[in-house]
Amino acid sequence: MRRNCRLAALSATLLIFLAGCAEDAPQDFLEPQGPVARQIDKLMDPVFIVAGIVFVLVQGLIVVAVLKFRSKPDSPEPEQIHGNTRLEVGWTLAPALILLAVAVPTIATIFDLSQKPENPVNVTVIGHQFWWEYRYDDLGVVTANELRMPVGQPVELTLNSDDVIHSYWIPPLAGKMDVVPGRSNRMHLIADSPGEYMGQCTEFCGASHANMRAKAIAMAPRDFDAWVAGQRAGAVTAVAGTPAEAGSTLYAQKGCGGCHTIDGVSEGVLGPNLTHFATRTSFAGSIFANNDANLRIWLRDPQAAKPGNKMIIPGAPLTPDEITKLTAYLNTLR
Amino acid sequence: MTDTAVTASSGSHTEIEAGHPPTSTGLSNEKVAMWSFLGSECLLFGALISTYLLFKGQSTPGSIGPADVFDIPYTSVSSFVLLMSSLTMVLALAAIQRGDHRLTRIWLLTTALLGASFVAGQAYEFTVFVREGMNLRVNLFSSSFFVLTGFHGAHVTIGVLMLLSLYSLSLRGKLPASKAETVELVGLYWHFVDVVWIVIFTLIYLIP
Amino acid sequence: MAIVTPERPEAPAPEQPLNVPVRFLRRPTGYTPGLWGWMTTVDHKKIGIMYSVSAFIFFIIGGLEALLLRIQLGGPDQTFLRADTYNQLFTMHGTTMIFLVIMPLSAGLANYLLPIMIGARDVAFPRINAFGFWVFLVGGLFMYSSFFLGGAPNGGWFGYVPLSRNMPGHNMDYWAFGLQILGIASLTGAVNLIVTAINMRAPGMSLMRMPIFVWMSLVSQFLLLFAIPVITVALFLLSFDRLFSTNFFNVAAGSDPLLWQHLFWLFGHPEVYILILPAMGIVSEVLPVFSRKPLFGYQVMVFSGIAIGFMGWGVWAHHMFATGLGPVAVSAFSASTMFIAVPTGVKIFNWISTMWKGKLTFPTPMLFAIGFVAMFTIGGLSGVTHGVVPGDTQQTDTYYIVAHFHYVLFGGSMFGLFAGAYYWYPKFAGRLLDERLGKIHFWLMFLGFNMTFAPFHILGLQGMPRRIYTYPADMGWDMWNLVSTIGSFIIALSILTFIINVIKNRKPQEVGDDPWDARTLEWSIPSPPPEYNFKEVPLVTSRDELWHRKYTEDEHGRSVRREVMLGQEKMPGTEVEPSPAEGHESPDHVEGGDDEHGEEHEPHIHMPSPSYWPLLAALCLPVICYGMIYKTWAVAILGGVAMFGTLYAWALEPATAPEDTPVHGPDTSGDDREAVRV
Ligand code: HEA
Ligand code: HEA
Ligand code: HEC
Ligand code: CUA
Ligand SMILES: [Cu+2]
Repeated sequence: MRRNCRLAALSATLLIFLAGCAEDAPQDFLEPQGPVARQIDKLMDPVFIVAGIVFVLVQGLIVVAVLKFRSKPDSPEPEQIHGNTRLEVGWTLAPALILLAVAVPTIATIFDLSQKPENPVNVTVIGHQFWWEYRYDDLGVVTANELRMPVGQPVELTLNSDDVIHSYWIPPLAGKMDVVPGRSNRMHLIADSPGEYMGQCTEFCGASHANMRAKAIAMAPRDFDAWVAGQRAGAVTAVAGTPAEAGSTLYAQKGCGGCHTIDGVSEGVLGPNLTHFATRTSFAGSIFANNDANLRIWLRDPQAAKPGNKMIIPGAPLTPDEITKLTAYLNTLR
Repeated sequence: MTDTAVTASSGSHTEIEAGHPPTSTGLSNEKVAMWSFLGSECLLFGALISTYLLFKGQSTPGSIGPADVFDIPYTSVSSFVLLMSSLTMVLALAAIQRGDHRLTRIWLLTTALLGASFVAGQAYEFTVFVREGMNLRVNLFSSSFFVLTGFHGAHVTIGVLMLLSLYSLSLRGKLPASKAETVELVGLYWHFVDVVWIVIFTLIYLIP
Repeated sequence: MAIVTPERPEAPAPEQPLNVPVRFLRRPTGYTPGLWGWMTTVDHKKIGIMYSVSAFIFFIIGGLEALLLRIQLGGPDQTFLRADTYNQLFTMHGTTMIFLVIMPLSAGLANYLLPIMIGARDVAFPRINAFGFWVFLVGGLFMYSSFFLGGAPNGGWFGYVPLSRNMPGHNMDYWAFGLQILGIASLTGAVNLIVTAINMRAPGMSLMRMPIFVWMSLVSQFLLLFAIPVITVALFLLSFDRLFSTNFFNVAAGSDPLLWQHLFWLFGHPEVYILILPAMGIVSEVLPVFSRKPLFGYQVMVFSGIAIGFMGWGVWAHHMFATGLGPVAVSAFSASTMFIAVPTGVKIFNWISTMWKGKLTFPTPMLFAIGFVAMFTIGGLSGVTHGVVPGDTQQTDTYYIVAHFHYVLFGGSMFGLFAGAYYWYPKFAGRLLDERLGKIHFWLMFLGFNMTFAPFHILGLQGMPRRIYTYPADMGWDMWNLVSTIGSFIIALSILTFIINVIKNRKPQEVGDDPWDARTLEWSIPSPPPEYNFKEVPLVTSRDELWHRKYTEDEHGRSVRREVMLGQEKMPGTEVEPSPAEGHESPDHVEGGDDEHGEEHEPHIHMPSPSYWPLLAALCLPVICYGMIYKTWAVAILGGVAMFGTLYAWALEPATAPEDTPVHGPDTSGDDREAVRV
């Protein structure tokens, strides 16, 4: 019977659905890794169950109707039923009550989550096409692409945008919040345990929207403090006579400083602050792991590596030799 | 549900032949259409007015603002002119319904002239503003002011064109009393544009 | 589906003016054959067909764009499309499917059927109707011309500012002006259909006797009437910003980009109900016919449709849950969003009750209608899960949303429209579509659809954002994307089956007026209908008028053929019924088309004459827009003046040309009726 196939297909879909969620997916938000995301998840579980029940009910009724009332050679003409007020009132009220039961905890959670956390680490996140800037103004730290945070302590983000609307999202830790130019939205994250949490910009923001990833690195409080201390130190100067020193000269010659800041060297603001570039695990909107091979790809042709990004090297392309030297220099920026 | 067989009313034949099928509501199609259209226009102006109200106070501080440019007495006069044109429009309709074509023409023309002087007044006001350093792109207030009042002015202009068309039809004897409804429809549009101006004038000029 | 010129073997040759230019300037009168006939037609049925055919072509284009997207996303790190090409394709895919496919398909069906279903001979303003169609067509072509003129729109179908304000090139100008043109088409269509439904109902067709499809179309036209001006304003502001450097969306000047979102979604949410209500109407027509029962709870169905229309205005900010509106506003919109499930749920349960205790048969239209109820429910339920705001901050802008809206748009609107296409095809074309191919189409589409879009739920929950042209391999998204890509090709195959069905099925058939033993007035007239629809304006005495002409109820409330009830032996089957409304004519008179004796009392039916002004006026719009986009003001002004001139000429042209020959009722029954064959 065709209808049975369909029922089977539907329940198979549902099963696959559940199976799919167990797969290893770093941005899966059904596996929360912090209290904020967990609160959302707790709220959604019963909602999904209600939806599942209604789903089974409706599909079940359809299947029964189709099987039971299909025309048979001996079926008489059906009775002409025009309606039934009692029933219709019933299935107006029942969903309304169910929804009321969903609405109450929803609204409670909305207000709960909008509360300011206590004793947070304050970070200003600035969205740029197509990378994130993080400013820890209280701590005097500026970095890019990777949000470093202590475990267990709330991190309150103030979201600003430099150009268009972006949206900040680290799914295992919290829901997303849009980054709207001219507005300062707020959100907070808490991570249960140390680790790297992947996320992504989720508001379409131009050519390389797909390449605007985000990463939060939660660390034990002591490691976090050490990291902060390292970031507050000035830039390392390249040792004379090394390729790195040649790279630092090139950095000045090629106009990199026009867009990048390196403390005590240059004060550009269009691109990420590179003062402690080598302490980052990834770069360019976290689409590249920070290693020599990737840096070479990046410096050879940033536009090919990340279409439409704002880094245009004056007098490009760089020669392989220049790239080697610049890479060496960048690697010293710890 | 009744189940009686019924024969078609043969009365409708002749009316269909005459090109005037009776309508379900008794109102003419044109009138229902005009009302629907005006309903739609309400949202057009609603959106424009909301934009203005939202943005007028958000201009960069220190740049030109309403208090710097508005000349309320001047605009009150031109608003009064527009208001009067609604009166003459009513008179034009009354005239054609009576079959008085001479008066119809007089009032149609008066309405058009009043409308035209409102538009002229607005054009003059715009030039004054521009001379005072306020143009489309100066700030948020200027952009939303010009676009809102400009849209309204365009509506008045279209109304004037329709009135003049009616006038010329009447001159050529093509606006018999049986077409009084055409005048009524243009009148509906005209009153709508007037009412919108009252709202705009109150919200923009009078409420600080 | 090709437009085939109507065959009319015995038609008197239309007057052939002597020289061509004169022919071009003369107003065509009466029956006009060939392409020129289509270009000047004001017949709501031909216009309906043109709407549907053009929209279907746009559907194939939009679908091919989707296939390209799917190829790119079939695996990680693909390089099939460049980033910007991908962005153009998804923007045009969304814009096309919404504005150039579902809206015009619904408009086309409403155009064709609404007048007939209420017993009218045409819409209220036939020339404005033609104008609306041509504006839609030139608007679509205008937008697509951008592909050849520097690149198509690439800012997403809701064109958020400041991105769409700042984007270089003319891509987004085409989008804004194109939508502006399409808005004119929708607005004129809305006014026209509203007036038609309100004012042109046959005697006895009270509002509560209107077929439910008419009701749902009417509600959606009201939504259009009020929603279009809102997006018109938004698009004007955007275009002024781009052309004249005004400051509406200039953040540096203090603007708030959320204004755009409020305006867009204040239009956009009613818009999604504009897309679904006609499909709900179709399903409400199809289910009763193949259940052989009346629609369960007609009044409630009407009122829930109206309720959806009203509530649709109060939920727009659910597209902005992550923009930081604050907990109070967000809670209010969350609640209103959830409660819109109530009137929709009523519809679902009433549809099921319509089938309940019926005598169900499953020809293709019925399959699509049932598919609609099943698939739309899935989309609706995921919609409710979006309404739970904290959950939506996780879901928004992921493929979970993409799954939601494809289930409601494709599983809902498209399934509904296909149900309508199969159901009414015999009325339009005088031929039935092949059932075997139809069933293959349905099952392939059902399979492909679920294979394509069900995995989107999983992908979304696994955190895959929408509008990304590439993704790396270590995200766990590979498998479901591949499944989805394969599914999309199965959908394409199913559409191909439909196309083959239409093309293959060209042999003339005798389907009769009423092949499905249906309930509403459109089945009381020939298939395809004559130009004037009804020889005599019908008198309506009940809801489901045709059914009541054919059937009465026995003491158990079961339907019985009237003849059987009256003890007559002959069962006319599904042949043309001697319609009681034409009671004083003998049955054989109606069927035979032999009408000497009918001659003296038959009226001359004056139908509006063809006109080329609607087409010419529509053609001025892109001229104005090209002029504006490229800031060649002379061209824009020229277009404006031309527009003004054509509208003036049009206004002065009488609706029915005085010299026009009336369509002579009885002469045109039988096989030389002026019908449109698809
Ligand atoms: C045909 C079009 C259509 C329809 C009918 C709907 C119907 C609904 N939609 Fe959908 N929606 C879209 C088209 C549509 N939507 C589109 C295109 C977008 C994305 C735009 C974009 O971003 O590109 C979108 C996005 C969208 C969002 C924003 C998501 C986001 O971006 O974060 C939300 C949020 O609340 C939402 C909710 C709903 C709800 C609650 C309904 C309800 O009307 C559904 C009601 C129906 C049911 C619930 C099923 C039947 C009911 C029962 C069987 C009764 C019992 C049920 C219960 C007790 C739960 N929709
Ligand atoms: C009614 C609306 C509708 C319909 C029917 C569809 C149909 C399809 N959509 Fe739709 N889609 C949208 C509305 C719709 N979509 C919207 C509004 C968006 C959001 C856009 C945005 O974000 O701005 C979107 C976005 C969207 C995305 C997300 C893009 C992104 O965010 O990056 C994807 C990805 O897979 C997708 C896929 C598909 C597929 C595979 C189909 C298929 O079902 C298509 C099936 C049709 C065909 C395959 C055509 C048949 C072709 C043939 C038969 C070929 C033969 C012809 C000849 C030989 C001449 N769509
Ligand atoms: C025109 C401005 C500009 C110039 C000149 C420029 N950059 Fe950049 N740079 C950027 C921008 C913008 C980004 C961020 C790109 C992105 O991720 O979208 C960037 C990113 C980078 C990154 C990755 C940083 C991170 O943490 O993501 C490195 C490394 C880098 N640039 C090095 C250089 C070097 C070396 C030069 C000189 C040869 C240079 N840049 C010249 C603008 C510039
Ligand atoms: Cu930033 Cu998308
Ligand atoms: Cu919505």
